[in-house]
Amino acid sequence: MQDLIREIVAGYNYWLYIVLMMIGLYAMIAKGNLVKKIAGMNIFQTAIILFYVSIGCKKGATIPILEHAPHGAHHAVRAADYINPLPHVLMLTAIVVSVSTLGVALALVIKVYQSYGTLEESEIREAMREAKTAEE
Amino acid sequence: MIWQLDLIILTLVILCAIAVISVRDLLGCAILFGAYSFLLCLLWAVMGAVDVAFTEASVGAGVSAVFFVAAVFRTTRRTKD
Amino acid sequence: MKIFSLIIAVAVGCVLLYATGDFPSWGDPASPASTHVSPHYLEKALEETSVPNIVTAVLADYRGYDTMFETTVIFAAGAACVILLRLFGIRPKERYYRHLLTGVTIHVIGDRKIPEDSGTFERIDNLWVPHDMIIRSICRFLIPFLQLFALYVIAHGHHSPGGGFQGGVILGASVILMAISMNLRTSLERIREKTVALLAALGILIYSGTGALCILLGGNYLDYSALARILLVSPVEARSLGILAVEIGVGVAVMATMIAIYQNLASSGRLDEGL
Repeated sequence: MQDLIREIVAGYNYWLYIVLMMIGLYAMIAKGNLVKKIAGMNIFQTAIILFYVSIGCKKGATIPILEHAPHGAHHAVRAADYINPLPHVLMLTAIVVSVSTLGVALALVIKVYQSYGTLEESEIREAMREAKTAEE
Repeated sequence: MIWQLDLIILTLVILCAIAVISVRDLLGCAILFGAYSFLLCLLWAVMGAVDVAFTEASVGAGVSAVFFVAAVFRTTRRTKD
Repeated sequence: MKIFSLIIAVAVGCVLLYATGDFPSWGDPASPASTHVSPHYLEKALEETSVPNIVTAVLADYRGYDTMFETTVIFAAGAACVILLRLFGIRPKERYYRHLLTGVTIHVIGDRKIPEDSGTFERIDNLWVPHDMIIRSICRFLIPFLQLFALYVIAHGHHSPGGGFQGGVILGASVILMAISMNLRTSLERIREKTVALLAALGILIYSGTGALCILLGGNYLDYSALARILLVSPVEARSLGILAVEIGVGVAVMATMIAIYQNLASSGRLDEGL
């Protein structure tokens, strides 16, 4: 029982991040509306970013900005006192790339609406099938 | 790193994510998405990732929610699902 | 279909949950992510680059290639949005004009001409969004301060959280605020479409140009200590100044892309009326 409690305390954060990822994945597959699919994609992306940033946490450490001692008096920096900055750097890139992808995806949604007049996946598939049989 | 605050904000984030995909009005989804972004920014600030929190606050709540609202304005607001 | 996708999501979730058994426990300072390169960054960043914000130092100096290609990706996304949506020379089928003195609204169908800059008629949007005087006055007051804050964030990225991306996004958001609170055409008068496109390319030119300048001065690509020859400072200071130049490039590119994407999304390509 002690073992189980210790395991839960050590890892419950990761479980909640995985729940968030699965909410995003479910929205991408199951929802019929295109805008909901895009929202699910964004939820998935932010959940992954959350997971990466949480890897860099250290117990009892402070943020990775050094105190600027006045004019050159540097005291030695111990790496265990500061949070790991490397996941933050990688995830900065990921956040900005995700907003760019969101812009392009919404442009595509507007184009689809201009062609088919609807945003539901089933109706679009019907319209495509009818256009194909009308062509033949 | 206060674990109580972390747990509360994480629960709110999950509830907000479920709400984003369940609400039937697309404009409501866009605004809830902005709220989701803001809660994530708080979570990262609690974890100590201040640069990431700043970026998410400006990008998520400032620009991404506005893109969603602009796209909903140009298409349709109702959804069957 | 929904039950099937629910089963898939739960199955993938269970596989991932099983994999979390191997993770290092949360907040462990000896985890593998914190042991190889990052102690070197933490300990040596201040004396090698004289930038106290370690995230900015790693982003723009130690991992400068990643940031350069990421800026290129942002520019590509803006270009893709413009290519997908932009329509040139489409005349709108109907326009609404309002007579300023009496408040009478005129509905013009087809291509009849009304002089665009006439003092007595102003053009209002098709899907008419009421423009509130309170919102307009407050936003007009607020936009210069937003831009000043954004410039502060870019310039102060060395010492506080911030940097090129955040400042660039806030600059873009200030122009978006102008488009939302007043009119899309007003924001287009302030910053034209051609200027936005040129600024996006200029941002990337600044970034790669700094790298090329380092090669011309004898160092490696994006090795800012080679800039010490023309800037006449010590190599450590030259790295700090190189980071600043690169952040300015990133900020300009991000601002232009956000403005371009918003203008095309809100007017679905025609750039005449919108949110």
